[in-house]
Amino acid sequence: MADTSTPLRRTHEPGPSGWLAAPALVMFLAFALVPLGIVVFLSFTRWDGLGPITFDGLGSWRRVVADPATTNALWVTAKVMVFSYLVQTPVSLLLGVFTAGRQRYRALLAVLYFLPLLLSSAAIAIAFKALLDPSFGFSAGVGIPALARNWLGDADLALFVVVAVIAWQFIPFHTLIYQGGVRQIPASLYEAAQIDGAGRVRQFLNITLPQLKYTIITSSTLMAVGSLAYFDLIFVLTGGGPGEATRLLPLHMYLTGFQASDMGAASALGVILVAVGLAVALLLQRLGGRDRSASQLEGV
Amino acid sequence: MDSRRLGRLRRLRTTRTAASVLSATALALTLTACGSAGPGAGTGSATMWGLNGGDQDVLKHSVDTWNKAHPDEDISLDFFANDAYKTKVRTAVGAGKGPTFIYGWGGGVLKSYVDAGQAADLSPYLARNPEVRDRYLPSVLDNGVVGGKTYAIPNGRAQPILLYFNRDVFARAGAEPPRTWSQLMALVPKFKKMGIAPFALGGQSKWPDLMWLEYLVDRIGGPRVFADIVANKPGAWSHPAVTEALTKIQQLVDAGGFADSFTSSAADNGADLALVHTGKAAMVVQGGWLYQNMKSALPEAIENRTIGWTTFPTVEGGKGSPANLVGNPSNYWSLSSKATASQRKAALGYLKNGMFSEAHTQELIDSGAVPVVKGIKKRLEASQDKDFLTFVYELTQRTRNFTLSWDQALSPAQADALLVNLDQIFLKKIDPHQFTARMNATIEE
Repeated sequence: MADTSTPLRRTHEPGPSGWLAAPALVMFLAFALVPLGIVVFLSFTRWDGLGPITFDGLGSWRRVVADPATTNALWVTAKVMVFSYLVQTPVSLLLGVFTAGRQRYRALLAVLYFLPLLLSSAAIAIAFKALLDPSFGFSAGVGIPALARNWLGDADLALFVVVAVIAWQFIPFHTLIYQGGVRQIPASLYEAAQIDGAGRVRQFLNITLPQLKYTIITSSTLMAVGSLAYFDLIFVLTGGGPGEATRLLPLHMYLTGFQASDMGAASALGVILVAVGLAVALLLQRLGGRDRSASQLEGV
Repeated sequence: MDSRRLGRLRRLRTTRTAASVLSATALALTLTACGSAGPGAGTGSATMWGLNGGDQDVLKHSVDTWNKAHPDEDISLDFFANDAYKTKVRTAVGAGKGPTFIYGWGGGVLKSYVDAGQAADLSPYLARNPEVRDRYLPSVLDNGVVGGKTYAIPNGRAQPILLYFNRDVFARAGAEPPRTWSQLMALVPKFKKMGIAPFALGGQSKWPDLMWLEYLVDRIGGPRVFADIVANKPGAWSHPAVTEALTKIQQLVDAGGFADSFTSSAADNGADLALVHTGKAAMVVQGGWLYQNMKSALPEAIENRTIGWTTFPTVEGGKGSPANLVGNPSNYWSLSSKATASQRKAALGYLKNGMFSEAHTQELIDSGAVPVVKGIKKRLEASQDKDFLTFVYELTQRTRNFTLSWDQALSPAQADALLVNLDQIFLKKIDPHQFTARMNATIEE
């Protein structure tokens, strides 16, 4: 029923004025589209940030595409995206379901879980950098030498440390999203399931998970697109090192532009970053099905 | 190390860490820098951007004194964290909104300012005021010269890179600080047997790695090798001295010459100095600023004479003179070519009569630094830090070649590639030939 009436209502009843979108559109135009246009323009130029901007055709693009550092940055970004997703989704989903319960102790634990949300990325990075210092860090503080690993200096290990710190920072946020999602599921569904004799696991798999479909899509999109924007945390924590082991695309772009002073190449990298981000976001929207507003509560 | 001392050292680290944090937000900051913080034109007074830490207090006092005496030629001074400054000043200068006084290191960045027509030629000023030119140690003044003209005037302390060592550890081992590379290699197993790391190295910060390459190349092949690299001569990185230096570095890594997990250890927060001070490592190769840092953060290391210093060892059969130095000859002031007449007048007046006044020079000495001016030997000898200060002063005075740190001397793009690839050498992810090929590629562009 809803399917046929919605489009009709849209054409006949005047909704809120389109002008209400104007402030947001102006902001979007001024701070997203215009800079994006400038970046696209700069990617066809050569500029060291100081001298004149000279047109360079596809010069920057050729350099960026041929540079093994770009491939490495894309690869590292993909790895961080996948590993972050694999770590964060299950943990925040389960924590979200857990903290959605109305028990006192859960509310108390939830407050503790959400604490990292209060900290800035830079503060988190500085704290972990100090904790992970092999000589004067956590291992020395509590006297457990086994913890004194080459955490941030081992090219094979550093990426996973970065993923772990990112997870520590962002799991609370996604837990919060899931908590909200779970609390919206009508209790009647669970009551019916209980009458039908479904256990907890069964309820989780057959009610909670399907009902959370759109929450999962939202959280996944934020996670995947967000991992394309990890910059501050990694910049402070590892600076992209050791070698180039944690030089993600956004960090690579920054270092190319502001450290190596190659604005042309950095702009080309920026365009690639935008393209990858859009592709990932669109893909996830597609996976969620076209009709995003369809109700999941038919018959309730 | 007790917690109080560690706390002090941490504070030292925090400044550097805060520097990196600030530069993370530099992208956002630069936008505002273009719009509002452009103190360049119109305000009348000259503007100066300095760096946090190090000479901050001395500089502030020097400028305050100048302003009090010259209310009509006043200078407004702001301080920034090191890394944030480098990004901010470049963007501001590029937008024509830079400060009157541009703080710098000479080298590649200075050259890019000159190429962009942003730095004023100071040669005529020096010709008119020979007393300004003549007050400097010559090896230091040369570094502000681009294409035969002076664009930057030294403004502070000489910071050659030295080899620092823990005297107690050496006494226990019954060893002497190494004078040659083979002595250095022979010390490695000796310290390892005692459970002490031969060298501390803040590998995570990347730039300390560079000090090893700079000195080894100079000691093996002499200063010509890097002069060719800076001049962008095709294939300059292929010089055998570079390959030999890189091989020696990897041999030292293989022998266990550096502290375990040195690639996790950051020099930005003083972890390398802390390792030597606590006797966990025997030696560290670091800049001249280490002494000044100790004086403010670890005064007991100086009082108890825990830390000693010497020059980087020679390499047998090498061409470079042991008197050659590498490091930061000084920091420099350049003047913006966009400065107004009144700003310029104030700036030139300060350079002549405010900077390196008796009081300013003395305060630099008292902070544990060596001012880069002639004729201060007596005053250095009167200082409580005379051992270190006269040592550095004589080195700086005697040397014919004071090579600027390579990451400052090269263009920013080359410096970035150099730091990453050298990191890979220390990590043993690439061999010297791959390094040479990658670095040559930065020249051919």
